[in-house]
Amino acid sequence: MSEMGYFQIIISCIFVNNILLAKFLGNCPFLGTSRKMETAVGMAMAVVFVLVLAGAITWIIYHYFLVPFDLVYLRTIAFILVIAALVQFVELFLKKSIPVLYAGLGIFLPLITTNCAVLGACVINIDEELSFMKSLFASFGFAVGFGLALILFAGVRERITLARVPKPLQDTSIGLVTAGLIALAFFSFNGMV
Amino acid sequence: MAKTIAQEFTKGLWKEIPPFRLVLGLCPVLGVTTTMENGIGMGLATTFVLICSNILISALRKIIPPKVRIACFIIIIATFVIVVELVMQAYAYPLFLTLGLFIPLIVVNCIVLGRAEAFASRNGIVRSIADGLGMGIGFTLSLAALGGIREVLGTGSFYLYGHGGLVFGPSFEPFTFVIQAPGAFVCLGLMLCIMNLFE
Repeated sequence: MSEMGYFQIIISCIFVNNILLAKFLGNCPFLGTSRKMETAVGMAMAVVFVLVLAGAITWIIYHYFLVPFDLVYLRTIAFILVIAALVQFVELFLKKSIPVLYAGLGIFLPLITTNCAVLGACVINIDEELSFMKSLFASFGFAVGFGLALILFAGVRERITLARVPKPLQDTSIGLVTAGLIALAFFSFNGMV
Repeated sequence: MAKTIAQEFTKGLWKEIPPFRLVLGLCPVLGVTTTMENGIGMGLATTFVLICSNILISALRKIIPPKVRIACFIIIIATFVIVVELVMQAYAYPLFLTLGLFIPLIVVNCIVLGRAEAFASRNGIVRSIADGLGMGIGFTLSLAALGGIREVLGTGSFYLYGHGGLVFGPSFEPFTFVIQAPGAFVCLGLMLCIMNLFE
């Protein structure tokens, strides 16, 4: 990924390497918040917001603190602390200064700490040895890909509640099969970048 | 109301078996189960983290201030995840490479944090060990089952630690959909459906 241009990185992160459907990260909120369109949109926006910030900050922490002091093995604990602190900070900041946005994102912000899409994307950025700007673009791409898949899925799921599904297949079960079909659709982007 | 320790252990095996009954921690379930061997490796790593963090959190439950408990839990869990990561890198390097990204992600596996919050922070050490062990084994069994099904259908062969071979004979055309990303969701959904049939 490190030799791609910015545009290619964004396309690749949104469609080809979609973080939910191709990399299997962040599946708990994917199934948990997709029953209603409103919650899906809230979660998607919160992820875009936090993931871009987290991508930037973890990159700086990794390259300017962990690498020079030879603490690379502490990466996991450092990143998760940064993300947890960031989420708290963003929550406080939004509550004070942009209450409208806070009311919209509200309950989804704390959930993001344990959203593996955020930690996963930060780790991928480091593993792929991206430059700072490229990892910003990649984080944005991953976040938009997450939002896109989540909102598409929520749309389909709202329709499913009206359909007559066999009893053993109801709820999560049919949800997973639907997610599989959406993943199949995204699978056709393979080879595009 | 009060359950025996044996009941705390066995609830993780069927009644509340993690990825199916509690729909938590799906990412590794879908991501690493291309073979049974990977499933077992991931399951055991998670079990280790689950038991250790349950013990420590249960022991410290009266010291940890409730307001910052989630942050404390995450630090405890992350510590054990780093232990697993380093041990695996030293003694099971090929497995470390296949599981890759999913090992650091045990930190944010909702099952581990979920058990810490819902069980270990409210119960004694022995019960927490029983709970962690049961949940861990249940999780490992689910991963192994899903991995086995995907391996057999998707490649037509079955290998476990160097033993095994073709399952359906050489004329079988592998059902490659199952081993690829979309197949993981569909397989898990159908397994959940079959489990619901036996309610």
